[in-house]
Amino acid sequence: MTSLRSRRAMTAIAGLTVAAFALSSCASTEETDAGSDSAGSSGDSASSEPIELTILVDAQETAVQTIEGLGSAFTAQNPNITIELETRPGGDEGDNIVKTRLATDEMTDIFWYNPGALLQALNPSQTLVDLSGEDFMSRVSESFIAGVSDEEGIYGVPGATAMAGGILYNKPIYEELGLSVPLTWDEFMANNAVIEAAGYDPVIQTHGESWSSQLLVLADYHNVEQQQPGWADEFTANEANIASTPAALQGFERLEEVYEAGYMNDDAATATFSDGLSKLALGEGAHYPMLTAVIPDLAAVDGGDVEDIGFFAQPGDSADSNGLTVWLATALYVPQTTEGAQREAALQFLDFVVSADGCDAITEAVGQQGPYFVSDCTSVDENLASPIRDMFPYFEREATTPALEFLSPVKGPALPQITAAVGTGQYSALEGAELYDEDVKKQAQQLGLEGW
Amino acid sequence: MAVISTARKNKNQRHTYSSLNVAKSYPSWFYAPAAIIYAVLFLLPTLLSFFFSLTRWSLFDWQFIGFDNFAQFFSEPFLIQGTLNTVFFAFFTSGTKVVLGMLLAIWLSGAVFAKSYLRAVIFFPVLVSTVGVGITFKALMQPEDGVINASLNFFGIEGPLWLADPGTALFSVALVDVWRGVGIATVIYLAGLAAIPQEYNEAAIVDGAGKLTKFRHITLPLLFPATSTVIILSLIGGLRSFDLIWAMTRGGPGFASDVLASIIFKQYQAGFYGLSTAGNVVLFILVTAIVYPLNRYLNKKEVDY
Amino acid sequence: MKRDTFIFKYLSGIIGIIVTAAIFIVPFVFIFFTAVKDRGQAALREFTLPESFLFFENLIAVIEARDYMLITAFVNSTVLTVASVGGMVIFGAMVAFVLQRRVTRFTGLINALILAGLIIPPAVVPTIWVLQGLNLFKTLHGLIFIEVAFGLAFTILLFRAFISSIPRELDEAAIIDGAGPIKLFFRVIFPLLRSVIATVIILQSITVFNDFQNPLYFLPGDENATVQLTLYNFQSQFNTSFNLLYMNILIITIPMLILFLLFNRRIVSGMTAGAVKG
Repeated sequence: MTSLRSRRAMTAIAGLTVAAFALSSCASTEETDAGSDSAGSSGDSASSEPIELTILVDAQETAVQTIEGLGSAFTAQNPNITIELETRPGGDEGDNIVKTRLATDEMTDIFWYNPGALLQALNPSQTLVDLSGEDFMSRVSESFIAGVSDEEGIYGVPGATAMAGGILYNKPIYEELGLSVPLTWDEFMANNAVIEAAGYDPVIQTHGESWSSQLLVLADYHNVEQQQPGWADEFTANEANIASTPAALQGFERLEEVYEAGYMNDDAATATFSDGLSKLALGEGAHYPMLTAVIPDLAAVDGGDVEDIGFFAQPGDSADSNGLTVWLATALYVPQTTEGAQREAALQFLDFVVSADGCDAITEAVGQQGPYFVSDCTSVDENLASPIRDMFPYFEREATTPALEFLSPVKGPALPQITAAVGTGQYSALEGAELYDEDVKKQAQQLGLEGW
Repeated sequence: MAVISTARKNKNQRHTYSSLNVAKSYPSWFYAPAAIIYAVLFLLPTLLSFFFSLTRWSLFDWQFIGFDNFAQFFSEPFLIQGTLNTVFFAFFTSGTKVVLGMLLAIWLSGAVFAKSYLRAVIFFPVLVSTVGVGITFKALMQPEDGVINASLNFFGIEGPLWLADPGTALFSVALVDVWRGVGIATVIYLAGLAAIPQEYNEAAIVDGAGKLTKFRHITLPLLFPATSTVIILSLIGGLRSFDLIWAMTRGGPGFASDVLASIIFKQYQAGFYGLSTAGNVVLFILVTAIVYPLNRYLNKKEVDY
Repeated sequence: MKRDTFIFKYLSGIIGIIVTAAIFIVPFVFIFFTAVKDRGQAALREFTLPESFLFFENLIAVIEARDYMLITAFVNSTVLTVASVGGMVIFGAMVAFVLQRRVTRFTGLINALILAGLIIPPAVVPTIWVLQGLNLFKTLHGLIFIEVAFGLAFTILLFRAFISSIPRELDEAAIIDGAGPIKLFFRVIFPLLRSVIATVIILQSITVFNDFQNPLYFLPGDENATVQLTLYNFQSQFNTSFNLLYMNILIITIPMLILFLLFNRRIVSGMTAGAVKG
């Protein structure tokens, strides 16, 4: 039955598979060696000790361009240090990748990540290098430092300008329908009714990338603080929660209201962030609750013109207290696993980032997106994009409040999904807020905060 | 098993070599490589999971908190929903694969034009990357201008919103899972049909049995081993399903298509390692509670036939 | 009667071709069309004929993306698949052989463990914890061991059923000729397993090569990417270049297609002996 030839062939195959398996472990180590070799030689500096710093950064275009711009300007000054990028997804998925890589000692030399509550969730005193002794920190503004420190140290430098959360709107639609920028939530909903009647999508939502679903809740914080000053501290101490605080619940209710009025685009549940940008830029939708940090992506949409887009703060109950919820700049951190010469080079890079040259490099790479947090960077770029111009007046009249995540270390990781669920009508505003309170509790317990 | 061991005894008596030779020719160390890998990377973590599911865990240190994680798991509505989703997904996909796989196999084992082409086409999706399938169907199922709704429109039917509607998202993913996996079920059934001795069919024809009678009394019972294989394998796969759901919806919109495997992943990513492990234990219990008794029942029935 | 059969044969075949074309072929044509379109047309994600045929341009663009990431990923996925499936075949066949041939008081326990391996979902975080302790976390060989550990149960079941159909007399003849266990297994038994080996190779290669979940958990990070992780990450990278995204899908399907064409005929025969009897 078994001819000699096929038997021999089978033995040969068996031998091959055995050999392949035996080789695999050494093959893979060889491979990583080869990988780092080739990467090392790509930094073609003539300097004696070339150093390569790897930075983990959000895959978003702006973030990548910022770091690339900073990197090449820095390498021009320090030819022996090259900057390599590694990208990760944004949003909740990205948060979790950062957490996991820190927890497993697999972090890159430097990484790009949010300040505030998201930073606190990283357990910074155990995982990140304390920068409080570094001279360059004196150039960083106090308000920023508040967002990147805890009792034990300061951990980050601003890698961008301040940004804000609010409503991006399509100006041609506003002009066509004779609308004006709303100062109260009621005016906003009245505008939506007119926009709807004219056949445009009043509010663009993109729950397919659920980080973008959070904006109506997060950007409402200025309004919460107007009604209940200092609420964030009560929240942190577990003395107040969202479901039982009417002012805080309002953000969820506004999301629900927009959904129930049918003001969202039909494909809101699966649309992605880039779908949302093009809907706004091409005038299919009028409002997109968003962060101003996305303006460069918006400017890159084919067939759109960023000068057609304006920006206003998420309106609240009263026109008098109208103001803007602001986000601290995304920061750069050095994990404790970066040691020796790598750490020295990393600190040198951070020093550069918070210098006038650093700010210029950022402005050159992505344009100025708002005020810088660095004392040497006071000049305002002349070529601000339209939505960014709309942002400065709020800073000038000091009608700004930091978002809750910069005032309190607790932020539940499931907020994106919960807001997406409320925004698609699966949960009511109250149910969503209750779920989120539970989620916050889980996070606070995991962090070991007092009072939870 | 009793049968096997007596057979061995007889054999030993019949031959001159002793049981020592049996141990020598079939040495226990043949188990060793597989046993070490399996014990360290599968059994040990499984046992550890029972302990760590009772802790708040940061990978560096842990704090024993009793059954809090499980209480948490069953107090959050979306976790309960995720458990129900898991069961629905598994039973729907498994049942559909059984029915479609059997029908396709019976059809393709008969005299059909272009048989081998059809077999290959149905099996082909099995080969394609799950992530790739997810990305592709996300585009095909777009509510406004996706191919599926565009074609339905052509026939004057207004298609559902598929993934964009929380009510149909999970069902849509399940349909794609059937599309992707029915090829395997068909192949198992084809193998089962090939194993049916030709005499049975000939006898049935001689007896003048109709097609339906033949199917009910000959094909269906003789295909039972194949059916139970398809049921068990697709149920296990369905209950543990992750790749396709993650590639298509990541559990969304909101929590509408979350299953246990995606919840475990999210809790893991969020750094709730204890809670994630508790989710693993819940999944373990669910899978075992469904598959183990079913497997016993099917085996018993198989012997009856 | 004969005429009916004839009509049935062709009619059902032709209807089958049309229906399968709509259900099974259209998605692949969609992938192919989108993969060769230009960026603007691909962004519409519509089922239309490509206005331009940019096969090679898009192919090169995908391969060059992110410093030839796809090449690295292909090397990794190939090493992963070959090594772990090789491990499953050798180690699984060894277990199945002894398990089927020699009954001891542990046989029941071993069978139970195999069934457990098939049923129980792996405990993710504890596995990571163990891998970290062994310095295997985030390494390719660590992932190889993981795939072997998770794939062994199914492999052993297929092999065991098949080995039971090999007559013991063959073993006995070889033993009388003075063959030791290694010679008996690798020279006598293993070559007889070829049809079931083909089944195992194709099924497990598909599983491992297309695996997304385990690399996601146990091999995070760019430099160790597998083709599936690369594809997943390209989604955000290429969110405006769908042509490149679909070109990526097209490329990574080719290895499994080749495998399928090589082993196609063996699948059903191996299944007959293995899965159904098992």
